[in-house]
Amino acid sequence: MATTAAGDHRLSTRQMAEFVANGFLRFDAIVPADINERAIDEIGQLNAERLLPDGMKPPHSRTPLDDCYPLPSVVGEYLRLPQIRGIIHSLVGADPVFDHDWVHHIPGGGSYVQPLHVDAATDSTDPTFDVQLFWYPSAVARGEGGTRFVPGSHLTRVRSSGLHRYQHIVGEQQVACDAGSVFVFHHGLWHAGQPNPGDNDRWLYKIRLNPTEPQVRLWDTTDFTDVQSPPTDHIFARMQPGSVAEIFRTWHPWMGITDYRNDQIQRALLWRYLTGDDDFDVDYYLTRLEGRADLVEGRA
Amino acid sequence: MTQRQQVLYLWMAGSSLDEKVVGWAFHDGTEGAGPQLPEPKRPGDGPYSNGLCALQDGWMLLQSAQLTSPAPGQEHLNAYLEYEFVFERRVDLS
Repeated sequence: MATTAAGDHRLSTRQMAEFVANGFLRFDAIVPADINERAIDEIGQLNAERLLPDGMKPPHSRTPLDDCYPLPSVVGEYLRLPQIRGIIHSLVGADPVFDHDWVHHIPGGGSYVQPLHVDAATDSTDPTFDVQLFWYPSAVARGEGGTRFVPGSHLTRVRSSGLHRYQHIVGEQQVACDAGSVFVFHHGLWHAGQPNPGDNDRWLYKIRLNPTEPQVRLWDTTDFTDVQSPPTDHIFARMQPGSVAEIFRTWHPWMGITDYRNDQIQRALLWRYLTGDDDFDVDYYLTRLEGRADLVEGRA
Repeated sequence: MTQRQQVLYLWMAGSSLDEKVVGWAFHDGTEGAGPQLPEPKRPGDGPYSNGLCALQDGWMLLQSAQLTSPAPGQEHLNAYLEYEFVFERRVDLS
């Protein structure tokens, strides 16, 4: 059931499948203008004072989200928006905890560029995941400091510094958006801050949240039976149009055929975790391998 | 006469040099004095559509990716862009 905080703003099954296939979701101008306009002062203060002996500080890691930035706080208002809580609830549950946050300010004309990276350390192999919400309270013009990211890169197993050499990847995107837009990243998505040759400052407030419950069917599952596909959904046999499997056939331009098929397997495994459906598959890759012995022995 | 090196990394969709370019990086030891990369045909495309085109533009292949079998248990995991080809161009500066 939806919590009061999330209201009825939780994601659909289709949106969750898109998150699994792409590693991110985009919500344009989802934060009201009034909050965006007041945010710059507060996140500017947080940026300036967080490392000083005194002044504004972020919460401690593991603080329940409900206890982060108590009102009056503009960041607190943002984090309590029902539409934001609906997204959070869908991905990491009703009561996630604060991991960390950071303010990324790139002044107009700023030339600093981050290399492509993933945050934190190489992660565990279990399917649980954190989310990172990137909130841009002011508009970001095309090419003016928006975050660069690589759709579909989130399920790879890499060391952060190993990505530095990739100056350009086909299919990568750079954020350009209206004020109040929020991008939600799987923690494994490859990304990098970019220079800002424009005249306007680029502000970003990023927060990472950890789940405190299994991330199983936490979204609005009203459409679940309509879009969930059976394990026999197979591009070389029969397919169900409009299904989750169809979404999981998203082929990112940087993927060769082995990358693509491996990623389909990883998407299917993540979907098994998210749905509790241990038989789920797309294009038969897991089912073929898992079922061969039973077929040979006549047990299938 | 001074000689400087330019290095070009191309990552391909597969193990063959003439497959599609999916990533690239350019390091210019001439600091802009030597020839630069051609403009892509479409925004977001690489400077060359494949490695053969790079050879035809004067790049010399230094190294191609070794093919290794995946470790047991790692068969279905992706990591880095796998098919890396490294080229060089030596530029004479007067």
